[in-house]
Amino acid sequence: MSRADQGRRARDPLGLARALPFGLLPALVGAMALLAALALAGAYAAAGFAEGWRSAASDTATVVLPRGAVVADARAALSDLPGVADAEVADPAALARLLRPWLGDEGGITLPPIIDLRLAGARIPELAAAVATAVPGALLEPHGPWAGQIASLAQAVRVVALSVLTLVAVVAAAVVAVGAGAGLTARRDAVLLLHEWGARDGEIAGRFARRLALLAGVGAAGGVAVATPALLLLGQLAPGAEGAMVLPWLWLGLLPFLAAGLGWAVAQAVLRRWLRRLP
Amino acid sequence: MAGWAGNPHRLFLATPAFLHKTLHAIRGWHCCEVRGNRTPMLRFTDVGLRYEGAPLGAPEVLCDLDFTLAQGSFTWLLGPSGAGKSSLLRMMGLALRPSRGEVEVLGLRVGPNASRLARRGAIAAMRRRIATVYQDFRLLPYLSVADNVALPLRLAGRPETSLLPDVAEMLAWVGLDHRHAARPATLSGGEQQRAAIARAVVGRPDVLLADEPTGNLDIGQARRLLALLVEMHRLGTTVVVATHSEELPARFPAAALVLDRGRVRHVPS
Repeated sequence: MSRADQGRRARDPLGLARALPFGLLPALVGAMALLAALALAGAYAAAGFAEGWRSAASDTATVVLPRGAVVADARAALSDLPGVADAEVADPAALARLLRPWLGDEGGITLPPIIDLRLAGARIPELAAAVATAVPGALLEPHGPWAGQIASLAQAVRVVALSVLTLVAVVAAAVVAVGAGAGLTARRDAVLLLHEWGARDGEIAGRFARRLALLAGVGAAGGVAVATPALLLLGQLAPGAEGAMVLPWLWLGLLPFLAAGLGWAVAQAVLRRWLRRLP
Repeated sequence: MAGWAGNPHRLFLATPAFLHKTLHAIRGWHCCEVRGNRTPMLRFTDVGLRYEGAPLGAPEVLCDLDFTLAQGSFTWLLGPSGAGKSSLLRMMGLALRPSRGEVEVLGLRVGPNASRLARRGAIAAMRRRIATVYQDFRLLPYLSVADNVALPLRLAGRPETSLLPDVAEMLAWVGLDHRHAARPATLSGGEQQRAAIARAVVGRPDVLLADEPTGNLDIGQARRLLALLVEMHRLGTTVVVATHSEELPARFPAAALVLDRGRVRHVPS
Protein backbone atom coordinates (compact mmCIF):
# COMPACT_ATOMS: atom_id res chain seq x y z
CA MET A 1 0.00 0.00 0.00
CA SER A 2 1.96 3.03 -1.22
CA ARG A 3 1.39 6.43 0.32
CA ALA A 4 -0.37 7.68 -2.82
CA ASP A 5 -2.60 4.62 -2.78
CA GLN A 6 -3.27 5.18 0.89
CA GLY A 7 -4.36 8.74 0.29
CA ARG A 8 -6.60 7.77 -2.60
CA ARG A 9 -8.30 5.01 -0.64
CA ALA A 10 -8.74 7.26 2.36
CA ARG A 11 -10.44 9.81 0.19
CA ASP A 12 -12.60 7.25 -1.56
CA PRO A 13 -13.39 4.22 0.62
CA LEU A 14 -16.72 3.86 -1.18
CA GLY A 15 -14.99 3.53 -4.54
CA LEU A 16 -17.11 6.34 -5.96
CA ALA A 17 -14.53 7.24 -8.58
CA ARG A 18 -15.44 3.98 -10.29
CA ALA A 19 -19.11 3.89 -9.34
CA LEU A 20 -19.66 7.44 -10.61
CA PRO A 21 -17.13 7.91 -13.43
CA PHE A 22 -16.66 10.90 -15.70
CA GLY A 23 -19.05 10.05 -18.49
CA LEU A 24 -22.73 10.49 -19.00
CA LEU A 25 -23.53 12.61 -15.98
CA PRO A 26 -20.99 15.38 -16.68
CA ALA A 27 -22.02 15.32 -20.34
CA LEU A 28 -25.69 15.81 -19.46
CA VAL A 29 -24.91 18.51 -16.92
CA GLY A 30 -22.63 20.10 -19.53
CA ALA A 31 -25.49 20.19 -22.03
CA MET A 32 -27.70 21.76 -19.36
CA ALA A 33 -24.99 24.29 -18.59
CA LEU A 34 -24.70 25.15 -22.29
CA LEU A 35 -28.44 25.81 -22.45
CA ALA A 36 -28.22 27.75 -19.20
CA ALA A 37 -25.39 29.88 -20.59
CA LEU A 38 -27.42 30.65 -23.72
CA ALA A 39 -30.54 31.43 -21.67
CA LEU A 40 -28.52 33.57 -19.30
CA ALA A 41 -26.93 35.52 -22.13
CA GLY A 42 -30.35 35.85 -23.79
CA ALA A 43 -31.91 37.19 -20.62
CA TYR A 44 -29.02 39.54 -20.10
CA ALA A 45 -29.07 40.79 -23.68
CA ALA A 46 -32.86 41.17 -23.69
CA ALA A 47 -32.63 43.25 -20.55
CA GLY A 48 -29.90 45.36 -22.14
CA PHE A 49 -31.87 45.84 -25.37
CA ALA A 50 -35.06 46.69 -23.49
CA GLU A 51 -33.31 49.25 -21.36
CA GLY A 52 -31.40 50.72 -24.31
CA TRP A 53 -34.48 51.06 -26.50
CA ARG A 54 -36.59 52.43 -23.68
CA SER A 55 -34.13 55.17 -22.78
CA ALA A 56 -33.31 55.97 -26.43
CA ALA A 57 -36.92 56.14 -27.55
CA SER A 58 -38.25 58.05 -24.60
CA ASP A 59 -35.71 60.83 -25.27
CA THR A 60 -36.49 61.42 -28.94
CA ALA A 61 -39.35 62.57 -31.14
CA THR A 62 -39.83 63.61 -34.75
CA VAL A 63 -41.64 66.73 -35.99
CA VAL A 64 -43.08 66.67 -39.53
CA LEU A 65 -43.31 70.25 -40.81
CA PRO A 66 -46.23 71.40 -42.96
CA ARG A 67 -45.79 72.40 -46.60
CA GLY A 68 -44.33 75.85 -46.97
CA ALA A 69 -42.87 76.02 -43.45
CA VAL A 70 -39.52 77.76 -43.16
CA VAL A 71 -37.31 75.03 -41.83
CA ALA A 72 -34.75 77.28 -40.14
CA ASP A 73 -37.43 79.29 -38.32
CA ALA A 74 -39.27 76.15 -37.29
CA ARG A 75 -36.03 74.60 -35.99
CA ALA A 76 -35.28 77.74 -33.97
CA ALA A 77 -38.82 77.81 -32.54
CA LEU A 78 -38.70 74.14 -31.61
CA SER A 79 -35.26 74.50 -29.99
CA ASP A 80 -36.65 77.08 -27.62
CA LEU A 81 -39.49 74.89 -26.38
CA PRO A 82 -39.31 73.72 -22.77
CA GLY A 83 -38.17 70.08 -22.51
CA VAL A 84 -36.35 70.14 -25.84
CA ALA A 85 -32.58 69.74 -25.48
CA ASP A 86 -31.78 69.90 -29.18
CA ALA A 87 -33.55 70.12 -32.55
CA GLU A 88 -31.85 68.96 -35.71
CA VAL A 89 -33.07 69.07 -39.30
CA ALA A 90 -33.04 65.65 -40.91
CA ASP A 91 -30.93 65.61 -44.07
CA PRO A 92 -33.38 65.38 -47.05
CA ALA A 93 -30.81 63.46 -49.08
CA ALA A 94 -30.42 60.96 -46.30
CA LEU A 95 -34.21 60.60 -46.03
CA ALA A 96 -34.48 60.05 -49.79
CA ARG A 97 -31.79 57.41 -49.56
CA LEU A 98 -33.69 55.62 -46.80
CA LEU A 99 -36.94 55.67 -48.77
CA ARG A 100 -35.44 54.72 -52.15
CA PRO A 101 -35.97 50.96 -51.68
CA TRP A 102 -39.72 51.60 -51.31
CA LEU A 103 -40.29 54.64 -53.52
CA GLY A 104 -37.69 54.10 -56.24
CA ASP A 105 -35.70 56.84 -57.99
CA GLU A 106 -38.70 58.68 -59.30
CA GLY A 107 -38.76 62.18 -57.90
CA GLY A 108 -42.53 62.60 -58.09
CA ILE A 109 -43.07 62.61 -54.36
CA THR A 110 -42.01 65.58 -52.29
CA LEU A 111 -40.94 64.61 -48.81
CA PRO A 112 -41.95 66.92 -45.97
CA PRO A 113 -39.12 68.49 -43.97
CA ILE A 114 -38.46 66.64 -40.76
CA ILE A 115 -36.84 67.83 -37.54
CA ASP A 116 -35.51 65.36 -34.96
CA LEU A 117 -35.92 66.48 -31.35
CA ARG A 118 -33.78 65.32 -28.47
CA LEU A 119 -35.90 65.67 -25.36
CA ALA A 120 -34.95 66.47 -21.81
CA GLY A 121 -37.77 65.48 -19.53
CA ALA A 122 -40.58 66.76 -21.77
CA ARG A 123 -44.08 65.33 -21.35
CA ILE A 124 -45.52 64.37 -24.73
CA PRO A 125 -49.05 65.93 -24.44
CA GLU A 126 -47.65 69.30 -23.32
CA LEU A 127 -44.92 69.15 -25.97
CA ALA A 128 -47.45 68.35 -28.73
CA ALA A 129 -49.47 71.44 -27.75
CA ALA A 130 -46.34 73.59 -27.63
CA VAL A 131 -45.19 72.32 -31.06
CA ALA A 132 -48.63 73.06 -32.55
CA THR A 133 -48.43 76.60 -31.18
CA ALA A 134 -44.84 77.25 -32.24
CA VAL A 135 -45.16 75.77 -35.72
CA PRO A 136 -48.81 75.65 -36.79
CA GLY A 137 -49.61 72.53 -38.81
CA ALA A 138 -46.55 70.63 -37.57
CA LEU A 139 -47.05 67.03 -36.46
CA LEU A 140 -45.25 65.57 -33.44
CA GLU A 141 -44.36 61.85 -33.68
CA PRO A 142 -43.04 60.62 -30.29
CA HIS A 143 -40.92 57.41 -30.50
CA GLY A 144 -41.90 56.21 -27.05
CA PRO A 145 -45.00 54.10 -27.89
CA TRP A 146 -43.42 51.80 -30.50
CA ALA A 147 -40.15 51.57 -28.64
CA GLY A 148 -42.14 50.72 -25.53
CA GLN A 149 -43.77 47.83 -27.37
CA ILE A 150 -40.40 46.51 -28.48
CA ALA A 151 -39.10 46.93 -24.94
CA SER A 152 -42.10 44.93 -23.68
CA LEU A 153 -41.24 42.23 -26.18
CA ALA A 154 -37.65 42.24 -24.99
CA GLN A 155 -38.88 42.00 -21.42
CA ALA A 156 -41.03 38.99 -22.37
CA VAL A 157 -37.98 37.39 -24.00
CA ARG A 158 -36.11 37.95 -20.75
CA VAL A 159 -38.85 36.29 -18.70
CA VAL A 160 -38.87 33.33 -21.09
CA ALA A 161 -35.08 33.07 -20.86
CA LEU A 162 -35.20 33.09 -17.07
CA SER A 163 -37.94 30.44 -17.17
CA VAL A 164 -35.72 28.31 -19.42
CA LEU A 165 -32.91 28.84 -16.94
CA THR A 166 -35.09 27.60 -14.09
CA LEU A 167 -36.21 24.61 -16.14
CA VAL A 168 -32.61 23.78 -17.00
CA ALA A 169 -31.69 23.93 -13.30
CA VAL A 170 -34.56 21.58 -12.45
CA VAL A 171 -33.54 19.12 -15.17
CA ALA A 172 -29.90 19.30 -14.05
CA ALA A 173 -31.02 18.59 -10.48
CA ALA A 174 -33.01 15.60 -11.73
CA VAL A 175 -29.97 14.33 -13.65
CA VAL A 176 -27.84 14.56 -10.51
CA ALA A 177 -30.57 12.86 -8.45
CA VAL A 178 -30.64 9.97 -10.93
CA GLY A 179 -26.83 9.84 -10.79
CA ALA A 180 -26.90 9.75 -6.99
CA GLY A 181 -29.44 6.94 -7.13
CA ALA A 182 -27.28 4.99 -9.57
CA GLY A 183 -24.22 5.49 -7.38
CA LEU A 184 -26.19 4.35 -4.37
CA THR A 185 -27.36 1.24 -6.21
CA ALA A 186 -23.79 0.47 -7.27
CA ARG A 187 -22.40 0.93 -3.78
CA ARG A 188 -25.39 -0.16 -1.69
CA ASP A 189 -23.49 -2.95 0.07
CA ALA A 190 -20.57 -0.68 0.83
CA VAL A 191 -22.85 2.05 2.17
CA LEU A 192 -24.66 -0.46 4.39
CA LEU A 193 -21.35 -1.81 5.63
CA LEU A 194 -19.96 1.63 6.43
CA HIS A 195 -23.22 2.53 8.13
CA GLU A 196 -23.02 -0.60 10.28
CA TRP A 197 -19.40 0.16 11.13
CA GLY A 198 -20.29 3.58 12.45
CA ALA A 199 -20.03 5.99 9.55
CA ARG A 200 -22.34 8.92 10.17
CA ASP A 201 -25.05 9.82 7.64
CA GLY A 202 -23.23 13.08 6.98
CA GLU A 203 -19.95 11.29 6.22
CA ILE A 204 -21.52 8.93 3.69
CA ALA A 205 -23.72 11.61 2.12
CA GLY A 206 -20.74 13.96 2.06
CA ARG A 207 -18.63 11.52 0.03
CA PHE A 208 -21.36 11.14 -2.56
CA ALA A 209 -22.03 14.89 -2.53
CA ARG A 210 -18.38 15.78 -3.13
CA ARG A 211 -18.12 13.32 -6.02
CA LEU A 212 -21.34 14.52 -7.67
CA ALA A 213 -20.40 18.16 -7.09
CA LEU A 214 -17.13 17.49 -8.91
CA LEU A 215 -18.88 15.76 -11.83
CA ALA A 216 -21.53 18.50 -12.10
CA GLY A 217 -18.96 21.28 -11.80
CA VAL A 218 -16.63 19.83 -14.43
CA GLY A 219 -19.57 19.10 -16.74
CA ALA A 220 -20.88 22.64 -16.37
CA ALA A 221 -17.42 24.09 -17.00
CA GLY A 222 -17.31 22.13 -20.25
CA GLY A 223 -20.76 23.39 -21.22
CA VAL A 224 -19.79 27.01 -20.55
CA ALA A 225 -16.55 26.53 -22.48
CA VAL A 226 -18.54 25.36 -25.51
CA ALA A 227 -21.15 28.11 -25.16
CA THR A 228 -18.72 31.02 -24.83
CA PRO A 229 -17.45 31.18 -28.45
CA ALA A 230 -21.01 30.94 -29.73
CA LEU A 231 -22.09 33.77 -27.47
CA LEU A 232 -19.12 35.92 -28.51
CA LEU A 233 -20.10 35.38 -32.16
CA LEU A 234 -23.72 36.28 -31.47
CA GLY A 235 -22.57 39.40 -29.64
CA GLN A 236 -20.63 40.50 -32.70
CA LEU A 237 -23.58 39.80 -34.99
CA ALA A 238 -26.09 41.76 -32.88
CA PRO A 239 -27.11 44.68 -35.22
CA GLY A 240 -26.59 48.19 -33.96
CA ALA A 241 -26.57 47.09 -30.38
CA GLU A 242 -23.27 48.47 -29.20
CA GLY A 243 -23.18 48.03 -25.48
CA ALA A 244 -26.42 46.06 -25.35
CA MET A 245 -25.02 42.59 -26.05
CA VAL A 246 -22.66 42.52 -23.12
CA LEU A 247 -22.06 38.94 -22.00
CA PRO A 248 -22.72 38.16 -18.34
CA TRP A 249 -19.15 37.07 -17.69
CA LEU A 250 -19.58 36.94 -13.93
CA TRP A 251 -22.58 34.62 -14.15
CA LEU A 252 -20.95 32.50 -16.84
CA GLY A 253 -17.92 32.15 -14.58
CA LEU A 254 -20.12 31.26 -11.63
CA LEU A 255 -22.16 28.68 -13.56
CA PRO A 256 -19.79 25.70 -12.91
CA PHE A 257 -19.70 26.56 -9.22
CA LEU A 258 -23.49 26.89 -9.10
CA ALA A 259 -23.80 23.51 -10.86
CA ALA A 260 -21.36 22.00 -8.35
CA GLY A 261 -23.39 23.47 -5.50
CA LEU A 262 -26.57 22.09 -7.02
CA GLY A 263 -24.97 18.65 -7.41
CA TRP A 264 -23.75 18.73 -3.82
CA ALA A 265 -27.15 19.76 -2.43
CA VAL A 266 -29.14 17.25 -4.49
CA ALA A 267 -26.77 14.40 -3.61
CA GLN A 268 -26.97 15.30 0.08
CA ALA A 269 -30.78 15.31 -0.09
CA VAL A 270 -30.99 11.96 -1.94
CA LEU A 271 -28.46 10.20 0.29
CA ARG A 272 -29.69 11.55 3.61
CA ARG A 273 -33.26 10.64 2.73
CA TRP A 274 -32.15 7.09 1.94
CA LEU A 275 -29.91 6.81 4.98
CA ARG A 276 -32.66 7.99 7.32
CA ARG A 277 -34.51 4.75 6.57
CA LEU A 278 -31.65 2.77 8.09
CA PRO A 279 -31.69 2.08 11.85
CA MET B 1 1.49 -19.34 14.01
CA ALA B 2 1.17 -23.07 13.58
CA GLY B 3 1.40 -23.47 17.31
CA TRP B 4 -1.81 -21.58 17.80
CA ALA B 5 -3.87 -24.65 17.21
CA GLY B 6 -3.27 -25.71 20.81
CA ASN B 7 -4.34 -24.33 24.15
CA PRO B 8 -5.51 -20.71 23.77
CA HIS B 9 -3.45 -19.68 26.78
CA ARG B 10 -0.31 -20.71 24.93
CA LEU B 11 -1.28 -18.55 22.00
CA PHE B 12 -1.38 -15.37 23.97
CA LEU B 13 2.13 -14.23 23.13
CA ALA B 14 1.42 -14.54 19.45
CA THR B 15 -1.45 -12.02 19.51
CA PRO B 16 -0.55 -8.80 17.67
CA ALA B 17 1.48 -6.69 20.01
CA PHE B 18 -0.34 -3.47 19.25
CA LEU B 19 -3.59 -4.91 20.60
CA HIS B 20 -1.96 -5.47 23.95
CA LYS B 21 -0.06 -2.20 23.98
CA THR B 22 -3.08 -0.10 23.14
CA LEU B 23 -5.49 -1.88 25.44
CA HIS B 24 -3.03 -1.56 28.29
CA ALA B 25 -2.45 2.09 27.59
CA ILE B 26 -6.11 2.96 27.22
CA ARG B 27 -7.62 0.81 29.89
CA GLY B 28 -4.71 0.33 32.26
CA TRP B 29 -5.44 -3.39 32.30
CA HIS B 30 -3.06 -6.26 32.60
CA CYS B 31 -3.90 -9.18 30.40
CA CYS B 32 -3.94 -11.66 33.24
CA GLU B 33 -6.40 -9.48 35.14
CA VAL B 34 -8.84 -9.00 32.33
CA ARG B 35 -11.91 -11.08 32.83
CA GLY B 36 -15.62 -10.47 32.40
CA ASN B 37 -17.07 -8.28 35.10
CA ARG B 38 -20.73 -7.83 35.88
CA THR B 39 -21.34 -4.43 34.31
CA PRO B 40 -24.07 -4.93 31.66
CA MET B 41 -22.74 -4.52 28.14
CA LEU B 42 -25.68 -5.84 26.14
CA ARG B 43 -29.15 -5.87 27.58
CA PHE B 44 -32.29 -7.02 25.77
CA THR B 45 -35.59 -6.19 27.44
CA ASP B 46 -38.75 -7.80 26.08
CA VAL B 47 -37.39 -7.51 22.55
CA GLY B 48 -39.26 -8.66 19.47
CA LEU B 49 -38.22 -8.36 15.84
CA ARG B 50 -40.42 -8.32 12.79
CA TYR B 51 -38.73 -7.48 9.50
CA GLU B 52 -39.63 -4.20 7.86
CA GLY B 53 -42.31 -4.74 5.23
CA ALA B 54 -43.59 -7.94 6.83
CA PRO B 55 -47.38 -8.16 6.63
CA LEU B 56 -49.37 -7.00 9.61
CA GLY B 57 -49.91 -9.85 12.02
CA ALA B 58 -46.97 -11.84 10.67
CA PRO B 59 -45.12 -13.72 13.42
CA GLU B 60 -42.00 -12.15 14.86
CA VAL B 61 -38.65 -13.48 13.71
CA LEU B 62 -37.35 -13.03 17.25
CA CYS B 63 -39.62 -12.67 20.25
CA ASP B 64 -39.57 -12.18 24.01
CA LEU B 65 -35.81 -11.76 24.22
CA ASP B 66 -34.86 -10.86 27.77
CA PHE B 67 -31.23 -11.27 28.76
CA THR B 68 -28.12 -9.39 29.78
CA LEU B 69 -24.53 -10.05 28.76
CA ALA B 70 -21.88 -8.66 31.06
CA GLN B 71 -18.97 -6.50 29.96
CA GLY B 72 -15.99 -8.60 29.00
CA SER B 73 -18.03 -11.79 28.78
CA PHE B 74 -17.70 -14.51 26.17
CA THR B 75 -20.97 -15.94 24.94
CA TRP B 76 -21.78 -18.61 22.41
CA LEU B 77 -24.92 -18.00 20.42
CA LEU B 78 -26.13 -21.42 19.46
CA GLY B 79 -29.03 -22.73 17.47
CA PRO B 80 -29.93 -24.39 14.20
CA SER B 81 -29.91 -22.56 10.87
CA GLY B 82 -32.86 -20.19 10.63
CA ALA B 83 -33.17 -19.82 14.39
CA GLY B 84 -32.50 -16.08 14.15
CA LYS B 85 -28.85 -15.97 15.24
CA SER B 86 -27.79 -13.52 12.54
CA SER B 87 -30.73 -11.20 13.24
CA LEU B 88 -29.95 -11.24 16.93
CA LEU B 89 -26.30 -10.41 16.23
CA ARG B 90 -27.37 -7.56 13.96
CA MET B 91 -29.51 -6.13 16.75
CA MET B 92 -26.56 -6.43 19.11
CA GLY B 93 -24.51 -4.51 16.56
CA LEU B 94 -27.22 -1.80 16.30
CA ALA B 95 -27.68 -2.67 12.63
CA LEU B 96 -31.29 -3.65 13.23
CA ARG B 97 -33.84 -1.84 15.35
CA PRO B 98 -36.18 -3.99 17.46
CA SER B 99 -39.87 -3.95 16.55
CA ARG B 100 -40.70 -3.85 20.24
CA GLY B 101 -38.86 -3.72 23.50
CA GLU B 102 -35.48 -2.16 24.09
CA VAL B 103 -31.91 -3.04 23.25
CA GLU B 104 -29.20 -1.50 25.39
CA VAL B 105 -25.64 -1.60 24.09
CA LEU B 106 -22.80 -0.01 26.05
CA GLY B 107 -25.35 2.12 27.86
CA LEU B 108 -27.11 3.33 24.73
CA ARG B 109 -30.76 2.34 24.53
CA VAL B 110 -32.43 1.72 21.18
CA GLY B 111 -36.15 1.14 20.74
CA PRO B 112 -38.45 0.62 17.79
CA ASN B 113 -38.87 4.29 16.89
CA ALA B 114 -36.72 6.12 14.36
CA SER B 115 -33.99 8.17 15.91
CA ARG B 116 -33.54 11.89 15.67
CA LEU B 117 -30.47 13.28 13.99
CA ALA B 118 -28.43 13.96 17.13
CA ARG B 119 -29.24 10.48 18.44
CA ARG B 120 -28.29 8.94 15.11
CA GLY B 121 -24.86 10.48 15.61
CA ALA B 122 -24.62 8.87 19.03
CA ILE B 123 -25.67 5.49 17.63
CA ALA B 124 -23.07 5.81 14.85
CA ALA B 125 -20.38 6.59 17.42
CA MET B 126 -21.45 3.53 19.40
CA ARG B 127 -21.27 1.32 16.30
CA ARG B 128 -17.59 2.23 15.99
CA ARG B 129 -17.01 0.39 19.26
CA ILE B 130 -18.60 -2.76 17.88
CA ALA B 131 -17.08 -5.00 15.22
CA THR B 132 -18.65 -7.86 13.35
CA VAL B 133 -17.23 -10.82 11.50
CA TYR B 134 -19.89 -11.61 8.92
CA GLN B 135 -20.76 -15.04 7.67
CA ASP B 136 -20.42 -13.78 4.09
CA PHE B 137 -17.33 -11.64 4.93
CA ARG B 138 -18.69 -8.46 3.31
CA LEU B 139 -15.27 -7.33 2.14
CA LEU B 140 -15.45 -4.38 -0.23
CA PRO B 141 -14.53 -5.83 -3.63
CA TYR B 142 -12.95 -2.69 -5.06
CA LEU B 143 -10.53 -2.23 -2.16
CA SER B 144 -7.37 -4.19 -1.55
CA VAL B 145 -7.14 -6.51 1.44
CA ALA B 146 -5.05 -3.91 3.30
CA ASP B 147 -7.58 -1.17 2.59
CA ASN B 148 -10.41 -3.40 3.76
CA VAL B 149 -8.58 -4.05 7.00
CA ALA B 150 -7.80 -0.34 7.39
CA LEU B 151 -11.45 0.64 6.97
CA PRO B 152 -12.46 0.70 10.68
CA LEU B 153 -9.36 2.73 11.52
CA ARG B 154 -10.17 5.26 8.82
CA LEU B 155 -13.77 5.46 10.02
CA ALA B 156 -12.44 6.13 13.49
CA GLY B 157 -10.46 9.03 12.07
CA ARG B 158 -7.01 7.58 12.66
CA PRO B 159 -4.28 9.55 10.83
CA GLU B 160 -3.19 7.83 7.62
CA THR B 161 0.43 7.72 8.69
CA SER B 162 -0.38 5.62 11.76
CA LEU B 163 -2.49 3.02 9.92
CA LEU B 164 0.17 1.14 8.08
CA PRO B 165 1.99 -0.56 10.99
CA ASP B 166 -1.22 -1.80 12.62
CA VAL B 167 -2.68 -3.04 9.34
CA ALA B 168 0.58 -4.73 8.37
CA GLU B 169 0.87 -6.43 11.75
CA MET B 170 -2.73 -7.58 11.61
CA LEU B 171 -2.28 -8.97 8.11
CA ALA B 172 0.86 -10.76 9.15
CA TRP B 173 -0.96 -12.19 12.10
CA VAL B 174 -3.72 -13.69 9.97
CA GLY B 175 -1.16 -14.83 7.43
CA LEU B 176 -2.19 -12.49 4.66
CA ASP B 177 0.79 -10.14 4.61
CA HIS B 178 1.81 -11.42 1.19
CA ARG B 179 -1.71 -10.74 -0.15
CA HIS B 180 -2.07 -7.18 1.17
CA ALA B 181 -2.52 -5.68 -2.30
CA ALA B 182 -4.86 -8.38 -3.58
CA ARG B 183 -8.53 -7.78 -4.24
CA PRO B 184 -10.95 -9.94 -2.21
CA ALA B 185 -12.22 -11.66 -5.36
CA THR B 186 -8.79 -13.20 -5.88
CA LEU B 187 -8.68 -14.71 -2.37
CA SER B 188 -9.90 -18.13 -1.34
CA GLY B 189 -12.87 -18.41 1.02
CA GLY B 190 -10.57 -19.03 3.97
CA GLU B 191 -8.38 -16.05 3.08
CA GLN B 192 -11.43 -13.81 2.79
CA GLN B 193 -12.60 -15.04 6.17
CA ARG B 194 -9.23 -14.19 7.68
CA ALA B 195 -9.23 -10.76 6.09
CA ALA B 196 -12.71 -10.16 7.54
CA ILE B 197 -11.46 -11.23 10.95
CA ALA B 198 -8.45 -8.91 10.69
CA ARG B 199 -10.78 -6.05 9.77
CA ALA B 200 -12.98 -6.76 12.78
CA VAL B 201 -10.14 -6.97 15.25
CA VAL B 202 -7.84 -4.20 14.05
CA GLY B 203 -9.98 -1.46 15.59
CA ARG B 204 -9.84 -3.04 19.05
CA PRO B 205 -13.60 -3.06 19.52
CA ASP B 206 -15.37 -3.16 22.87
CA VAL B 207 -17.83 -5.67 21.45
CA LEU B 208 -16.87 -8.31 18.91
CA LEU B 209 -19.68 -10.17 17.18
CA ALA B 210 -18.92 -13.14 14.97
CA ASP B 211 -21.49 -14.83 12.78
CA GLU B 212 -20.47 -18.37 11.90
CA PRO B 213 -16.86 -17.20 11.70
CA THR B 214 -15.42 -20.63 11.06
CA GLY B 215 -17.75 -21.57 8.24
CA ASN B 216 -15.06 -21.26 5.57
CA LEU B 217 -12.05 -22.28 7.59
CA ASP B 218 -10.37 -25.63 7.93
CA ILE B 219 -10.07 -27.08 11.40
CA GLY B 220 -6.64 -25.61 12.02
CA GLN B 221 -7.69 -22.13 10.97
CA ALA B 222 -10.91 -22.46 12.98
CA ARG B 223 -8.92 -23.23 16.10
CA ARG B 224 -6.63 -20.28 15.48
CA LEU B 225 -9.66 -18.07 15.11
CA LEU B 226 -11.07 -19.40 18.35
CA ALA B 227 -7.77 -18.60 19.98
CA LEU B 228 -8.05 -15.04 18.74
CA LEU B 229 -11.59 -14.69 19.99
CA VAL B 230 -10.61 -16.04 23.38
CA GLU B 231 -7.67 -13.68 23.46
CA MET B 232 -9.88 -10.71 22.64
CA HIS B 233 -12.13 -11.80 25.48
CA ARG B 234 -9.14 -12.03 27.82
CA LEU B 235 -8.19 -8.50 26.84
CA GLY B 236 -11.61 -7.27 27.95
CA THR B 237 -13.62 -7.34 24.77
CA THR B 238 -17.18 -8.62 25.04
CA VAL B 239 -17.38 -11.45 22.52
CA VAL B 240 -20.48 -13.11 21.09
CA VAL B 241 -19.97 -15.92 18.60
CA ALA B 242 -22.84 -17.42 16.67
CA THR B 243 -22.19 -20.93 15.48
CA HIS B 244 -23.91 -24.20 14.81
CA SER B 245 -20.61 -25.99 15.28
CA GLU B 246 -20.45 -28.25 18.32
CA GLU B 247 -16.69 -28.58 18.18
CA LEU B 248 -15.86 -24.94 18.98
CA PRO B 249 -18.01 -24.57 22.14
CA ALA B 250 -16.60 -27.89 23.28
CA ARG B 251 -13.06 -26.52 22.96
CA PHE B 252 -13.90 -23.37 24.90
CA PRO B 253 -16.78 -23.92 27.26
CA ALA B 254 -18.51 -20.63 28.02
CA ALA B 255 -21.96 -19.21 28.61
CA ALA B 256 -24.36 -19.89 25.77
CA LEU B 257 -27.54 -18.33 24.45
CA VAL B 258 -29.50 -21.05 22.72
CA LEU B 259 -31.95 -19.82 20.13
CA ASP B 260 -34.74 -21.91 18.76
CA ARG B 261 -37.35 -20.60 16.35
CA GLY B 262 -36.82 -17.01 17.43
CA ARG B 263 -36.86 -17.62 21.17
CA VAL B 264 -34.03 -17.91 23.64
CA ARG B 265 -34.20 -21.36 25.22
CA HIS B 266 -31.30 -20.91 27.55
CA VAL B 267 -29.93 -17.74 29.11
CA PRO B 268 -26.43 -17.59 30.54
CA SER B 269 -26.42 -17.13 34.27
